[in-house]
Amino acid sequence: MKISGIKWHIVIFLAPAVLVYTAIMIVPLFNTLRLALFTEVDQVRQFVGLDNFRTLFGNPHWSEQFWNALGNNFWFFFIHMIVQNPIGIALAAILSHPRLRFAAIYRTAIFVPTILSFVIVGFAWKLILSPIWGITPDMLNAVGLKWLYAPYLGKEEYALTTLALISVWQFVGIPMMLIYAALLSIPEEVLEAGEVDGITGFSAFWKIKLPLILPSIGIISILTFVGNFNAFDLIYTTQGALAGPAFSTDILGTFMYRTFFGFQLQLGDPHMGSAIASGMFGIILVGVCIYLFGIQTRLRRYQF
Amino acid sequence: MTRKILSLALLGSTILGGAAAAEVTLTIESWRNDDLTLWQDTIIPAFEAANPDIKVKFTPSAPAEYNAVLNSKLDAGSAGDLITCRPFDASLALYDAGHLADLSDLDGMSNFSSVAKSAWQTDDAAASFCMPMASVIHGFIYNKDAFAELGLEIPETEAEFFAALETIKEDGNYIPMAMGTNDQWEAATMGYNNIGPNYWKGEEGRLALIAGDQKLTDPQWVAPYEALAKWGEYLGDGYEAQTYPDSQNIFTLGRAAIYPAGSWEITGFNAQADFAMGAFKPPVQASGDTCYISDHTDIALGMNAASPNAEAAKTFLNWMGTSEFASIYANALPGFFSLSNHDVAMEDPLAQEFVSWRGECESTIRSTYQVLSRGTPNLENETWGASVAAIKGSKSATDLGMELQDGLASWYAPQK
Repeated sequence: MKISGIKWHIVIFLAPAVLVYTAIMIVPLFNTLRLALFTEVDQVRQFVGLDNFRTLFGNPHWSEQFWNALGNNFWFFFIHMIVQNPIGIALAAILSHPRLRFAAIYRTAIFVPTILSFVIVGFAWKLILSPIWGITPDMLNAVGLKWLYAPYLGKEEYALTTLALISVWQFVGIPMMLIYAALLSIPEEVLEAGEVDGITGFSAFWKIKLPLILPSIGIISILTFVGNFNAFDLIYTTQGALAGPAFSTDILGTFMYRTFFGFQLQLGDPHMGSAIASGMFGIILVGVCIYLFGIQTRLRRYQF
Repeated sequence: MTRKILSLALLGSTILGGAAAAEVTLTIESWRNDDLTLWQDTIIPAFEAANPDIKVKFTPSAPAEYNAVLNSKLDAGSAGDLITCRPFDASLALYDAGHLADLSDLDGMSNFSSVAKSAWQTDDAAASFCMPMASVIHGFIYNKDAFAELGLEIPETEAEFFAALETIKEDGNYIPMAMGTNDQWEAATMGYNNIGPNYWKGEEGRLALIAGDQKLTDPQWVAPYEALAKWGEYLGDGYEAQTYPDSQNIFTLGRAAIYPAGSWEITGFNAQADFAMGAFKPPVQASGDTCYISDHTDIALGMNAASPNAEAAKTFLNWMGTSEFASIYANALPGFFSLSNHDVAMEDPLAQEFVSWRGECESTIRSTYQVLSRGTPNLENETWGASVAAIKGSKSATDLGMELQDGLASWYAPQK
């Protein structure tokens, strides 16, 4: 018996998820955006409109930190894109080679760091790279490359890149797995058809497989983008909230944390913190939109 | 069947257990997770023996997260009854927000001097909101064995200090000084604010800065950065990535000769180092100059204004004003010096050494703590970065002074 056009079972089955999602994601998100429009004067919350954003971008002390953090974020993302994804693709291509033995073992070993906590990864690498207790100086010495060693996490020039590479080490398993799955799903007939036309080996990879896994690379890129612009834990565990040395590893996440919750003598300012959080939200939103409308729509034509 | 009886028994015991615990339990919030055993084994039993119907629980969190954790707990109404207070603005903000109760009328408060209370008062000193607990003194701890081996005397002047470092460096058996710049705060706290008071003449300079009569570009504020710039070459390889625990380990393992210290290190060092240690105060410029030490009001205990156990909390705070507490605390935690007027006898020789400087030198507190870290940019955090930059030599002392002055002047009216 149909009472109305509304399909009630859909509403009912969807309701728990929608309610939970609304309560813990959507409401806090909008509340953060709202919080950014207020400030506190003598314990009283006052509406100031876009003043916090004016401070954030107009006041040199704030804007300098913001642009520094944003720039570092882009560098962090850039390193991931040029290192993590090509390595991920290469690993997947090697793993999917039919004549490779022990593929499962390699796959697991490479994927393991991904499931480790940031804290473990951060501290482990901090120890490995430590000039005092770390094994890096000795290992480099053993192969005659001692001159390559520097206290990587303590030098402004290297710290951020080092952290980005640590993060790549940790997460390279994810693009590897996704691309591996994509490679396995390529229909045999397509490859066979290519073979008939004389396209084998490397050129089969470049001309057939790579175009077919482009949508996966797109998804990985956007995941990397969102993950990197929300990053915080690795920097915080290795460099602390002040993202030393001299803010060279400061990214929006640590900048936001410091501002929102306060640090040491710096008092927390939830309103300015929310302004930064809103900025981060905006940047990620723009990035995702560019991907969805600019790239994904184009990729669709390669899909089956 | 057995299972049912068991669960009934369990249920019964929980209910009965709840009923039997009629006494009050106080919870203390703190960042001093190093002191957990001390509180549990010494301080709390002593208090509970005197006040059998009050139980106390010490629940510290990690130092770096303390402010954030505490603020969230207070806002959510889940914070403990007693709250360990950091000095100055962080606690003042909690008081202004109504989270800390006014304790001015407590009897125990009368055992503290006005200087001791100053870190936990409103700007006009009308209300005191935390019971002062302890101060820490800055200076240098050195490896006596290393000094004897190299025939070094305790340096009194800056020239002697650098000469000693040079001797240790030339000998090559020890890293001259154990300090890293990875954690940044060490460079400011144990570097700049350790040696600085001798240049800006302690309270005189500190108060003049707050009043706006001196500027951070003045020579007495820039000179400590010039001194720090000379530290870099004595800190050992890779000091840029050396963390605070690394420095502690290097020193206690006997690999370094000098450690720029806060007196709070004493307990840990006593437990770990198997060589004799001594301490010397920050070197002065010329022999015979008045010396100044950073005797920093560091830790106090306040009461959560929303605490349901206010009476018990006040009992505890009053007990903290007694000489019994002062004596237990100062001896159990050598290096945390009581701020009370009681005469506390201390057994630890290193702690005695530190506290003896109070008689020889003028005391002051860290220059960045009162008032000057209230705005953005925050002078304390800026000083961290500046001290690191000075040690690494990435910026000149003059430039650092100008940057800090610019930052301070951007929000602090007397410095505009």
